[in-house]
Amino acid sequence: MVAPETPGTPGSPSARTRYSPLFELTRVRFLEFLREPEAVFWTFVFPILLATGLGIAFRSRSAEVVKIAVVASADGVRVRAALAADSLLDVALVSDSVASESLRMGTVALVVVPVSATSVEYRYDDARPDARNTRLLVDRAIQKAGGAYSPVATAETLVSEPGSRYVDFVVPGLLAMNLMGSGIWSIGFAIVDARRKKLLKRLVATPMRRGHYLASFLVMRIGLMVIEVSVISSFGHFVFGVPMRGPLLTFITVALFGTFAFGALGLLIASRARTVEAASGMMNVVMLPMWVASGVFFAASRFPDVVQPFVQALPLTAVVDALRLNMLQGAGFAGVASELAILAAWLVVAFTIALRLFRWR
Amino acid sequence: MTATMSALSVRNLVKRYGTVTAVDGLDLTVGAGECFGLLGPNGAGKTTTIEICEGLLTPDSGEVLVLGLDWKRDERALRQRLGVQLQETQLAEKVTVEETVRLFRSFYANGREVNEVINLVQLEEKRRARVGTLSGGQKQRLSVACALVGDPDLVFLDEPTTGLDPQSRRQLWDLVERLKKLGRTIVLTTHYMDEAERLCDRVAIVDHGRIIALGSPRELIRSLGAEQVVECALESADGITVDDLQALPGVLEALLVAASWTLQVNAAHETIPALLALVNARGAKLTELSTHSPTLEDVFVSLTGRHLREGG
Repeated sequence: MVAPETPGTPGSPSARTRYSPLFELTRVRFLEFLREPEAVFWTFVFPILLATGLGIAFRSRSAEVVKIAVVASADGVRVRAALAADSLLDVALVSDSVASESLRMGTVALVVVPVSATSVEYRYDDARPDARNTRLLVDRAIQKAGGAYSPVATAETLVSEPGSRYVDFVVPGLLAMNLMGSGIWSIGFAIVDARRKKLLKRLVATPMRRGHYLASFLVMRIGLMVIEVSVISSFGHFVFGVPMRGPLLTFITVALFGTFAFGALGLLIASRARTVEAASGMMNVVMLPMWVASGVFFAASRFPDVVQPFVQALPLTAVVDALRLNMLQGAGFAGVASELAILAAWLVVAFTIALRLFRWR
Repeated sequence: MTATMSALSVRNLVKRYGTVTAVDGLDLTVGAGECFGLLGPNGAGKTTTIEICEGLLTPDSGEVLVLGLDWKRDERALRQRLGVQLQETQLAEKVTVEETVRLFRSFYANGREVNEVINLVQLEEKRRARVGTLSGGQKQRLSVACALVGDPDLVFLDEPTTGLDPQSRRQLWDLVERLKKLGRTIVLTTHYMDEAERLCDRVAIVDHGRIIALGSPRELIRSLGAEQVVECALESADGITVDDLQALPGVLEALLVAASWTLQVNAAHETIPALLALVNARGAKLTELSTHSPTLEDVFVSLTGRHLREGG
């Protein structure tokens, strides 16, 4: 087939520059984002700071030494010697009043009061889990020193495996939360701002295709998502050893589906709002329940059974669960199919309604 | 096919917002190559009219043909041939002048080169400056550049100089005059009579959604029949009536507008002494007296009994 030649232009002396509207729109999207230092901080730096903080706070520690107090007396010296044999106990010999004070302040977990050569009294708060453990440790040491005999021989192997620590749990959650936040915020604010400034109306007055305008947001979100997800997941992987056990393709697909679903929600929120204030209120209404209920920081299964269907249907829950299944348990497409279906449903419903409601002027 | 191809033709246009009728049966025709002005006070319906012509609002009734095309049938083709500058559009602040023009250029199948348009609006030195750093006048010229980048057959400018300082206004006027020399059809709205007088080949004076006068600025002014306009403000002049002033020699029309008198006269040298004598005889006090050649403002005053600008 021969393409029909445009009349009047064969061999035109001025080689005209070709412009692609989708490319130019997307370029302006990126430029606006990169020239907004706050946006760059909240998108890239903040999740890493948060992951670092949580990683440090919840790092796995080797068995901790517990502080206890022994009330000073002739028997006390002997009890302390017996307890000192246990390397997990840090024993202080103090007066009765100092011991009680330390217990109240929580600086010791338990106080041992020697009553006679053959009996001791334990003072501790039964509500403190570490106090109960300490009581077991202390009692074992004292009984052993008193001549108790263990009839069964034991051997111990200690296990601390990547994949079961808190940081492993929280990094996929942070990834998902970041996809939601940047998806909804970046699209929502940019559109409402353009509407408020009558820029949207100005663009509608050009031959610009409306689909190109919306598509430019999608392209921007995919581009930024790739950067966000790589930065956060490689930080988790290389700094904290968070595993990436599942197929990478499934991981990328989950991130893409999440990006689309949250992008559609951002579009829906921005479809009619005329002021940034109205939009940001709506964004909080949409995002707050998900921050709380979707299991970013603790398991969503802690919520009562009655609300579980709602919790499970939230898009953030779907992304969090799918990322955890993929990263920690190695799930492929089959393992995350129901989560992908939930995200696809959100995408279709939110996008369809958004297009119907969208106010261009 | 229309027999005579006008750039813009509007018939019996009506647009209501609730109980308010913004445009009330308006007709106008703009010829190709003409610079046409819609002049009127704020709220007269100028912006509503121009936005209907731009295809941004739908009229309640009436017919609009732009370049012989209809918005309902030919929107895509029309958009390619129009340049639009809106009141109150704020372009993205973090983007540079060149990037902005380039973006708008990308929407048009054919048009001018980016640099050419930037030169046309004299923003060469600001090419790499972000929009947020531009002055009001520069922003407005950039906004016009975005309207010109598709090399339009018809350009709509809505209040292009509102809010600008005098120097920026003159720069914008120069720009519109360059466009006129290039043979573009321009439709602009304004509430500055000096702007309409200077730029427009023909002016439609709009009030309450209707055209109350139409013609070239010169014709409109001539229609007053007055050689001069005398304006005066009087104190303790309870006894002086319209009829008294009307009866003065050389007075064609006397009007009380916003607490001062406007006299359209054809012989100021006869009117003024007579006016002073009248003021003296009645024991009133003259606090202001001025004369000027008639302007479009006087045409508006004569037609409506009000000034174009509130409090003006």
